[in-house]
Amino acid sequence: MNKRVTISTWFNHPLLLIGGLIVASVACAALLAPWIAPYDPSMINVREILLPPSWEHWCGTDTLGRDVLSRMLYGARVSLAVGFVAVGISLLIGICLGAIAGHYGGRTDTLLMRATDMVLCFPTFFLILAVIAFLEPSIWNIMIVIGLTSWMGVTRLVRAEFLSLRQREFIMAAQSLGISSFQLIWRYMLPNAMGPIVISAVLGVAGAVLVESGLSFLGLGVQPPDPSWGNMLTEGKDNIQIAWWLSLYPGLAILITVLGYNLLGEGLRDRYDPKSSRR
Amino acid sequence: MKQYAFKRLLGMIPLLIGITIISFGMMHLAPGEPSVVGNEFNPKVSTQDIERLRAYYGLDKPLYEQYWNWLKRLVFLDFGTSFSSDGRPVLDKVAERLPVTLWINILAMLLILAIAIPIGVASAVRQNSWFDRGMTIFVFIGFAIPSFWLGLLLMIALGVNINLLPISGIHDYGWQQMGFWEQQFDLLKHLILPVFVSAIGGLAGMSRYMRSGMLDVIRSDYITTARAMGVPEQEIRYRLALKNALLPIITLLGLSIPGLIGGSVIVEQLFSIPGMGLLFYEAVLSRDYPLVMGITVIGAVLTLMGNLLADLSYAWADPRIHHGGR
Repeated sequence: MNKRVTISTWFNHPLLLIGGLIVASVACAALLAPWIAPYDPSMINVREILLPPSWEHWCGTDTLGRDVLSRMLYGARVSLAVGFVAVGISLLIGICLGAIAGHYGGRTDTLLMRATDMVLCFPTFFLILAVIAFLEPSIWNIMIVIGLTSWMGVTRLVRAEFLSLRQREFIMAAQSLGISSFQLIWRYMLPNAMGPIVISAVLGVAGAVLVESGLSFLGLGVQPPDPSWGNMLTEGKDNIQIAWWLSLYPGLAILITVLGYNLLGEGLRDRYDPKSSRR
Repeated sequence: MKQYAFKRLLGMIPLLIGITIISFGMMHLAPGEPSVVGNEFNPKVSTQDIERLRAYYGLDKPLYEQYWNWLKRLVFLDFGTSFSSDGRPVLDKVAERLPVTLWINILAMLLILAIAIPIGVASAVRQNSWFDRGMTIFVFIGFAIPSFWLGLLLMIALGVNINLLPISGIHDYGWQQMGFWEQQFDLLKHLILPVFVSAIGGLAGMSRYMRSGMLDVIRSDYITTARAMGVPEQEIRYRLALKNALLPIITLLGLSIPGLIGGSVIVEQLFSIPGMGLLFYEAVLSRDYPLVMGITVIGAVLTLMGNLLADLSYAWADPRIHHGGR
């Protein structure tokens, strides 16, 4: 089967195409924020408080007269940074634990999987809130906490992949040549389990962006005056009677970003995971 | 069946112990102690005062001793007393807040089932039709939409602009003076938006699973056999296939409990509903250790019980499980 990504691949898989385009444009918006933002995101202007959307301010202004569109562009940086770092942490933990459980099996496997089940019993959001309130709410802390509370799915996935890989002939062959466990995992098993891991990482970014926005909305995530889509919505809630634009646009940004990563993830799954492609 | 239930109950014990260890460890390894927080720079609070506070709450003992004492009391449902100024037992505080949260979540689940099953079945039966495609788009949006944002938009549309539904709390002014039925109607009116907002994520997921479950069943051999034998299509779909496609939904319902309970923090904060989620949020903000620990444990136990209930109903509905060796 030809698995190279060519231009026609993208057009034969509309999910992949739309998701990829959204992800790429949000990433561009975040990277280029300082150059494309029409205003300084933290410039307070008391003469332009709570202006509805207009040609000067496409998404209106907030209670301090700051431009909402500029703040959203800078907010994209925060959301994506949190998403990527959190997923990186959860991948690191998930791959290590999953690899150990799947490779060694037996008692190690049982122990690790029971521990995973225990963590899964907790409503994730409770777990995150409980930890975050005991730390100072800051962007670094929420990255770490989201990462530390979202590794369970990856662990299970990697373990399942490794368990089935262990039965494959090329792995047995490598093993019988006396290669060390670390080498076996790193050089032969992990690369062959990479597909599902990448897919779950892409979907994980979507999840992390959603969680970050929820935390910031509750005032426990990114702290004002730093803009984040979540804490902009807090301001929207406080001014719900008078300024609908403060609520509409930042949420739309979250929706589109999360949608983009979900579509990309599902598209990759359709393309590369034959088991679930018929669904 | 009884044996299976007993086995499952027994299997819960190590999980329960694990839950208590995790909650305890999390709260106590995290920096920031209530006796110190807010007092660090207060000249009137001497070191001796802090020591006395720590001794009062037992924070000066070694960790394992604190854990053991906490666990011993936990067995008798004694979660300790809140650090807040009212100093009431944690269990009382949670007990008065829990019913609203449970109601919202149960109603949300019923709503999910009532809408997702017909949508899933209809999409599967008419696979790749316009209806199916439309529903796929709805599912993707339902997955991606931040529930609190949907809540905000609905508040603006239905609460602020046309004043159709109340946007905060669970009672109107003058609730005490209303008649019984009027009170129930008022409560229901306040719960519509929170229930819908809690349900949206699950709604998308559930209809997706229902669709793929139904597709799997429709393609299976016994359905083909039934078709070959000339069983009417209606009967195949709604009697033979639906029954089997519904089975995994039970498990899924159990799995969706932690999400619903966790989500209640955001929904209750958004709509100012005095439930367990809002209580947890307030406890987190004021670093009320016993309350945070108590609610975390209760949330996990509720999840565990929900999963057990789901497993038992699954076993009850599917004879293969409790007759088989598992």
